[in-house]
Amino acid sequence: MKRTSFLFFFATVFVAFNASAQAKRGSAAATIARGQIVYKSVCLACHMATGSGVPRLNPPLTNTTYVLGDKTALIKIVLNGFNEDVQINGQSYSNTMTPHSDLTDRQIADVLTYVRKSFGNKASSVSVAEVKKARAGNVNIGK
Amino acid sequence: MKMKKAFIFLLPVFAAAGLILFNACKSPDNKSVSTTTKPSTAGAGLTLPSGFSAVVLAEKLKGPRHLAVTSQGDIYVKQSDGNGNGILVLHDDGDKATIKSHFGNYGGTGIAIKNGYLYVTSNSDIYRYKLDDKGQVIDPAMQETVVSGLTNKRMHNSKSIVLDNDGNIYVNLGAYSNICEEYDKDKKGCSVLNDAAGIWQFKVDKLNQKQSDGVKYATGLRNVVGLDWNPQDNQLFVMQHGRDALHDLFPSMYTTKQSADLPSECMYALKKDDNAGWPYVYYDWMQKKLMQGPEYGGDGKKEADAKYLRPAMGYPGHFAPDGLLFYTGSQFPERYKNGAFIAFHGSWNRAPEPQEGYCLVFQPFKNGKPDGQYEVFADGFAGPNKSPDGALHRPCGLAQGPDGSLYVTDDQGGSLYKISYKK
Repeated sequence: MKRTSFLFFFATVFVAFNASAQAKRGSAAATIARGQIVYKSVCLACHMATGSGVPRLNPPLTNTTYVLGDKTALIKIVLNGFNEDVQINGQSYSNTMTPHSDLTDRQIADVLTYVRKSFGNKASSVSVAEVKKARAGNVNIGK
Repeated sequence: MKMKKAFIFLLPVFAAAGLILFNACKSPDNKSVSTTTKPSTAGAGLTLPSGFSAVVLAEKLKGPRHLAVTSQGDIYVKQSDGNGNGILVLHDDGDKATIKSHFGNYGGTGIAIKNGYLYVTSNSDIYRYKLDDKGQVIDPAMQETVVSGLTNKRMHNSKSIVLDNDGNIYVNLGAYSNICEEYDKDKKGCSVLNDAAGIWQFKVDKLNQKQSDGVKYATGLRNVVGLDWNPQDNQLFVMQHGRDALHDLFPSMYTTKQSADLPSECMYALKKDDNAGWPYVYYDWMQKKLMQGPEYGGDGKKEADAKYLRPAMGYPGHFAPDGLLFYTGSQFPERYKNGAFIAFHGSWNRAPEPQEGYCLVFQPFKNGKPDGQYEVFADGFAGPNKSPDGALHRPCGLAQGPDGSLYVTDDQGGSLYKISYKK
């Protein structure tokens, strides 16, 4: 009896733990899946399906601190666009990126999480709160 | 703890991403193929019409863009690498070219020979060097500045040049914008047209000019890289790179397929004061209509004001015409004479549709105007993967040799091709 209840307890805990794991896994995968949808509709045409970019024109999204480094700076590139001389691994890229401040905080968090975890990238997620904070502190907004 | 858990739960995602990535590497899309290919001398990997053959004259050049060939068979190649490599001089020995010298500490695209001078551009200046009677630069250090300080705001900053027979040089000043959206927010007129997005004309015999010393010869041209003087009707012809992102910016008006096919890459026959209509209009090569741009009241169906110049010919979207050459030689069959070759560098803005271009096209001409459908003349530059980063080679510059052979540069793989015809 004692043993049964112990087993029952263990099974309950196991099931509960598994369910929570399932939910969390589901939400992380869901973030990336949502991010991929945003990527396909907003980013892919210039940065390519593989994140490779286009030589001399559109920067790659791999092996670069612009993507893998400071998240606030990255969020601001999405919000404000980008029109600076950028050198990545000795190559320069000349095309101007248009601002995407029309995307929601959630969409930006999702797509940047997708980008930071795809194409061989292994950087941390970007949260909705981080985007909200970066947007609030963004002096270029509306420009 | 929360972070760690999240990481553990993300592991399968990483694994899946890794698997996708690994599989992608096994496909013929693998970029690393490019480092191991050897050019084949039997056709140089190109497909050509019967009777034509191609050889790779030189390899591993440093970003060869446009080129010019002397009557003695010397080849001047403008390389995008500066650092003493801005201009590479080779001599054509038949099926190989020997490197004679290199000079110039500036990158860039444009190069032309006319009346005893070699004209070369950086991304902001036009220089010239005197040639001797053998077509050789007398002294690279004796560099003269024809024009300096041309608009150079990174985007579309390459300067292509051509000279007419009346002492003028024409240079493209590309728009530093896709469609002027960031410079014309209230739609009152695009300011980029003031100092770019057109062809400027300068006197060749006047040194040290500024942009304001030139004439805005034609306007409303987004970005021209390939241009040539048509000797048959004594007129400037240019190839415009059309706008990008119709679907991305107006998803309700254009499907991804329409956005890949539109707008047209256009060939224009220019006269002074022509206006080709960028950013207000674009050309639809399928309907053969000039359309009002969606940023300026267009809806994908509304036609443009007829005051804008119509193209002489339209080609499919995003093919990226980087070279234009009127063929005046006698080596190729008669039908090629006075027609135009166009080097299409190849697309990137057709994604997610397959990329296209990466080929050399022949446009038949009659009485100085395009006559009939274009035909793909040379294909196979890209190899198995027609994509901007996967292509092994991308055609860029064109020139005609003294014997009527056709030279083609490839700024991706660094090859220099020669295409010849034998009956």
